[in-house]
Amino acid sequence: MQVFLKVWRQADAKSEGQFVTYTVENVTEDMSFFEMLDMLNNQLVLKGKEPIAFDHDCREGICGTCGLFINGRAHGPLRGITTCQLHMRSFDDGANIVVEPWRAEAFPVIKDLIVDRTAFDRIISAGGYISVNTGGVPDANTIPVPKPKADEAFDAATCIGCGACVATCKNSSAMLFVAAKVSHLALLPQGQVERKQRALNLVAAMDMEGFGACTNTGACEIECPKEISIVHIARLNREFLKASLL
Amino acid sequence: MNWFFRFMNSSVGKKIIMATTGLLLCSFLIIHLFGNLFLYGGPELFNTYVERLASIKPLIRVIEVILALIFLFHIINSLWLTLSNRKANPVKYEVNRAQDNSSFFSRYMGITGSIVFIFLAVHLSTFWYRFQIDHDGGQFYRIVTGDAVGFNNPYITGLYILAMILLGFHLRHGFQSAFQTFGLRYNKYGKLIEAIAVLFWFAIPLGFVLIPIYFGLLKGGF
Repeated sequence: MQVFLKVWRQADAKSEGQFVTYTVENVTEDMSFFEMLDMLNNQLVLKGKEPIAFDHDCREGICGTCGLFINGRAHGPLRGITTCQLHMRSFDDGANIVVEPWRAEAFPVIKDLIVDRTAFDRIISAGGYISVNTGGVPDANTIPVPKPKADEAFDAATCIGCGACVATCKNSSAMLFVAAKVSHLALLPQGQVERKQRALNLVAAMDMEGFGACTNTGACEIECPKEISIVHIARLNREFLKASLL
Repeated sequence: MNWFFRFMNSSVGKKIIMATTGLLLCSFLIIHLFGNLFLYGGPELFNTYVERLASIKPLIRVIEVILALIFLFHIINSLWLTLSNRKANPVKYEVNRAQDNSSFFSRYMGITGSIVFIFLAVHLSTFWYRFQIDHDGGQFYRIVTGDAVGFNNPYITGLYILAMILLGFHLRHGFQSAFQTFGLRYNKYGKLIEAIAVLFWFAIPLGFVLIPIYFGLLKGGF
């Protein structure tokens, strides 16, 4: 099959970018989207041109490094997958595919399809963890955690920080990301000590990074490759409200 | 008071202001619709009802001021949020299939809200204002159903019907969104909130729409 790509190219953070079109031939439906881009990049290199820069690492949907806006959807048209898990069989022969970087003020484009997501790291460093004194590892069974809570906490903990929630949100809100962290730790006994401060600090850090406010459109939970529910956003709101007012 | 300003200035705090003012305005809709139902009882019943309200004017004035403040908070806060949200997302996508991941109602809250606001301005400058200057009483029913600013005027009737449909759209997202913002949308209460929401986004706007339809289209016949 052959596909017609329209890809955002931008030399660096300060340059003006533009869309460039490419025709990619000999694509097979078994190729992943990135293998198709790899093939295009090989051809570009052979022609002495600059290959398209895009973020990727594990290529099996667990690291959260990749993320492209493909034909108007974060991580492409399918649900519950990252860009690296998208295959060319999801597209028709002769398809036009528009490939864009995540768009958000807090995620500036560094080059082509790569954005700077260190804003997420700064949010986490504001309290998205538990402080543990060094010492012997405690026996896991000494802290009882009810199974439904453990499951819910785990659902939140599956966040890989890819940024699809921000990318798809019309307000570039990072609420689902922050909610996943706050919710995960608020549900577990280990997270109780810093529970209040965590909710306050993470929301403050999120606001400071220039992310927008949540308007509950629910687009984030549809595009999240780990299908994290906005019920966690409700819990973040509750945690923040309690921490602020009580 | 530091904590209070920090809370009010945070993105979540601003959303909580939107939700609180929004739900208070929803409760006003119930009272307003209740009053409107007196129209169906004929001129005498409706005029008596309005005159009864006029007899407790000081209380009504206080309620009006509180109501105006709630509206003002809701509107100014929404403008502030919209502007800061736009700043957070200045570059639009070449292709964005938002229809695949979010509802029409949730994406166009600003537009539906703005049109309802225009309606509100017209509504106040016609009905509310004329009710205030009608000192001899007895004319209230005629103002509402007449052809100057009442439902015998097809433009007024059209605007009221359109605005109430858009109010329904606004509340289709807004009502349940307020509970999400308060953090009260646990999975187990989701269905209950959705059921109550139907009352606000469908039944109440329908109640308001039926009035211009009945007095304008059916009874008045322009």
